[in-house]
Amino acid sequence: MARLDHLESLEAQSVYILREAYRNLGRLGMLWSIGKDSTVLLWLAKKAFFGHCPFPFIHVDTSYKIPEMIEYRDRVAKELGLELIVHRNEEALSDGMGPDRGRLACCKALKTDALASMTKKYGFDGLIVGVRRDEEGSRSKERVFSERDNDDLWDHTHQPPELWGQFKTEFPKGHHIRVHPLLEWTELDVWRYIGREGIPIIDLYFAKGHERYRSLGCAPCTAKIKSDAATVDEIIAELALTKTSERAGRAQDQEDAYAMQKLRQDGYM
Amino acid sequence: MGTDSSNGIGSGINAAPRETLRIVVTGHVDHGKSTVIGRLLYDTGSIPQGAIDKAMAASKERGLNFEFAFLLDAFEEERKQGITIDTTRLSFSTDKRDYLIIDAPGHVEFLKNMISGASDAECAFLVVDAARGVEEQSKRHAHMLRLLGIPRVGVLVNKMDLVGYSEETFAKIVEELGDYLAALGMGADVFVPLSALSGENILKASDRLPWHKGPTLLGALDGIAKGPSEDGLRLPVQDVYKFDERRIIAGRVESGSLREGDTVLISPGGRTSRVLSLESWLPKDRRTSARAPESVGITLEDEFFNQRGDIVSHQTDPPVVAARLRASVFWMGKEPLRVGRRYKLKVATASTDAVIDAIHSLIDSGTLAPSEGAREVGLNQVAEVGISLRKALALDPFASHKATGRFVLVDGYDVAGGGIVTLAMAQEPARHGFVKGALSARSEVFEEYYLSFGTREVTKSPGDAPALYGVGDRVPLSGDSYEYPYDFDIVVFRDRVAVLIRDGRVQDILRLDDYSFQGLPLVNGSGYKVIADSEESFRELRDAFLSDGPKNEAALAQRHLDFNAYRRIAFSKADYSI
Repeated sequence: MARLDHLESLEAQSVYILREAYRNLGRLGMLWSIGKDSTVLLWLAKKAFFGHCPFPFIHVDTSYKIPEMIEYRDRVAKELGLELIVHRNEEALSDGMGPDRGRLACCKALKTDALASMTKKYGFDGLIVGVRRDEEGSRSKERVFSERDNDDLWDHTHQPPELWGQFKTEFPKGHHIRVHPLLEWTELDVWRYIGREGIPIIDLYFAKGHERYRSLGCAPCTAKIKSDAATVDEIIAELALTKTSERAGRAQDQEDAYAMQKLRQDGYM
Repeated sequence: MGTDSSNGIGSGINAAPRETLRIVVTGHVDHGKSTVIGRLLYDTGSIPQGAIDKAMAASKERGLNFEFAFLLDAFEEERKQGITIDTTRLSFSTDKRDYLIIDAPGHVEFLKNMISGASDAECAFLVVDAARGVEEQSKRHAHMLRLLGIPRVGVLVNKMDLVGYSEETFAKIVEELGDYLAALGMGADVFVPLSALSGENILKASDRLPWHKGPTLLGALDGIAKGPSEDGLRLPVQDVYKFDERRIIAGRVESGSLREGDTVLISPGGRTSRVLSLESWLPKDRRTSARAPESVGITLEDEFFNQRGDIVSHQTDPPVVAARLRASVFWMGKEPLRVGRRYKLKVATASTDAVIDAIHSLIDSGTLAPSEGAREVGLNQVAEVGISLRKALALDPFASHKATGRFVLVDGYDVAGGGIVTLAMAQEPARHGFVKGALSARSEVFEEYYLSFGTREVTKSPGDAPALYGVGDRVPLSGDSYEYPYDFDIVVFRDRVAVLIRDGRVQDILRLDDYSFQGLPLVNGSGYKVIADSEESFRELRDAFLSDGPKNEAALAQRHLDFNAYRRIAFSKADYSI
C-alpha cells in the first residue's frame, strides 16, 4: 500500500493527539477562536470521535471581535449542537479596558487573564488550542502537551522531554495542560486541508473589494491584507508566493521583538 | 457542519502528493547547527520577510551582523546567550520533496530537548566544527540517535573557512567520526564539507572546495533515501468509545495494515476475533483497510472486554507478553535511576509500575565501553538494565517493532528516561496458583496471615500446601487464618483468569473474559471476598479493577473487597514457642 500523503499523516497525528488528551486529561475543553485553525480543530475532533464532540468549546470573548465572528460562532454552535462556553473578563471591561490602554496590556487583561479565570472557574485540566509552530517564534518551540502552573505560567526554558508520542499526562492538581494538535501544521497545510475536506469556514478570509483577512483577531488590532483571493484555491496560490508573515496584520505581535514570548509566558494561547 | 461548502472550495488543489522527510540536525554546542539550517532556509528563500526582519533587528540589537541562527533561536534567552535551548522544526521544500527540519540544541544541559526533537526524525545530520573537530556531544548525539532508532546519519563538516578549506582536516574528521559511527553499527551515508557563515557548498558546489567530489548540502539532503516501512500489524488500543450504539476500539496503526474481515489477536489477553468494520464520521472517509500511521476506529465481531494498552496484531506475528525486560535506557531525570526504585513505565498506550532489577552496565558515550557494578544511572547517562513489570504487557523487542519496543520511565510527574527493549522475557508460569494448558494465575488464596507478638506486624506466609493446582486437584479449604466454603469462585484480575472450586476441588480454570457471575461466594487472588451480587455488578467492578487497578487499588479495595469474610489474622505460631 502507498504511504500516507502529508495531509493524511498530519490528520492521523492530530487525531491521535486529540484522543490522548480525551483519554488522559480529566476535564477537557477546546478553545475555539472562530478562526480557520480552530475550525479545522473542530473538524478533526468530529473525526477523532466519530461525529461526536465529547467536550465543551470555549470562546474567550474580548468584546472587540469582528462582529461577523460572533454571528458565525453562534450559528455554527447551534447547528452542531456544541456545548459552548463564552467567557469575558467583565471586571476589566467595566473598568474600560481596551487597546487604547496599550495593546499588550489589553491582550493580557482580555485574553490572558480571561483565559486564566475561565480555566480556574471551570476547573479544566486540559485545554486544546490550535496554535502552530510556523506562526511565530515562541510557538515554534512548544511541546504538544505543554504544562501551565497554578498561575498559568509557562516555564519555557525548562520544558519536559516529549518523545515517541508519550505526552505529559502527570502533573500536580491545579496545573493544566495546553494541548496543541496542530503544532506541526503550516498555514499552507491548513488551507490545503480546508480545501481537500471542504470545511466551511468564516468568509472573512475571502477577498471582497480587493482585501481580505489572513489572520483573525480583535477588530481594532487586526488589519486586512490586499488580496483578490476569493476562493480556497486562490488563497493557496497566493500563499505560495507571499513573502510576508501570516501574523503581520496582528498589531500586538509587532509591539516588541519578544512580545509574543512575553504574552505566552504569562498564559496567552 | 456538513461537507458541502459555499466558499467556492474546489477540487484540483492538490498536485500529486509529495514526499515529506523529517530530518534532525544535531551536534556539539557552537558547531553551528542553527546557522547551517538558517543559511539553508535563507538561501532557498524559505523564510518569510517578516521573520527575516525580526532576526535582523535582533541581530542589530546585539551588535551583530545578520545571525542566521536567529531565524530559529526565537527565545530572548537563546539570542542573548547565542545558544539553542529548545528544539524547533521548520518546513522547507526542494524540487524533489518537502522537509521538516528539526533543530536540536547541542549543549549537554539541554540533551532532553535534543532527544525531544530527534525522537520522531527519520534521519539525521551531525554537524562538526572543522576547527574544533569531534567533541563530546558529537559522539553523545550519535549514540542517542542510535538509541532513538535513527540509523541513517549524514555528517556536515562546518566552518571549513576557519581551516582554510583544508582537505586534510576534513579527511581526519571523516576518519575519526567514521570509526565511531561504525562502532555504533551506524555508518555515515555521506560527509559534506561546508561553511554556513560564508555560504560555501550549501546550494551549489564551492570553488574553495575543488577537492570535494561529493554532494553539496542540498544534494546530500535530496540524496537521502527514505527507509522502508515496517511490516507486521501493531495497533495499540488507545481507547474504547461507546458514544452511540457502536463499540469502537480506537488507536493508531503503528506498523503494518489491517482489513475488514481480518482475524486479529488481542494481547495480552490472548483472545482472537474478526474485524467487523472500520468506522468513520464522514461517508467519504469510509474504507475497508488501513495502514500505518493511520488513526482508526474498528469494531470487532466479539464484544469481549478490551482496553487501552491491549495490542491488536495478526495471529502469525504476535507481540511478546512479558513481565520482565532487558533494555537500553538513557536517563534525563533530576534524580538518578536506582536499582529497586519504582517508576511508571509507558510503552505505546500501555502503562504499568516497573522496578529496576539490575543495572547490568553503564555505557560511556565517548568510548562506548561498558562498565559494570553501577548502582545508579545519572543524568544523561546510558545503561543496560533489567526491569520487572507489575503486570505483564504486550510489547516487542525494538529490533522487530519500533513503536511497541520503546518506552519511557516516569518518575513522579516527569518523564525521566527513555529506553528500548533489547530482550522481552515471556511471562513466567505462576509458582503459586492455578494452571491449565497455557492459562496460569498467580494465587495467594491459601496463604496465611499471622500477627507477630513481638513486632506487632502482620506477615503473610505461603504455608506448606502444594503450590500449583490443576483441574481436579483438591484445595485446602481451611487454614490457620482462613476458611472457604466448599463451592466458590476465584477471580485473579492481574492474570485475567477465573477458577471454579466445586466440592473442594478445582472444577475449571478459564479466562476471565469467559467467566460470568455464578451467584456463588467470590474471592480475588488474595482470598478477599469480592462484593458482587449480580452479573451486572460483577462486570462493573471487574472493569474497574482491570482498567484502574494499578492506580486506585486501595480505593477499589475499600469499595469492593471484604478481608474479613473468609479470612482473619491468626497469632504467629513462632511466638507461641517463646
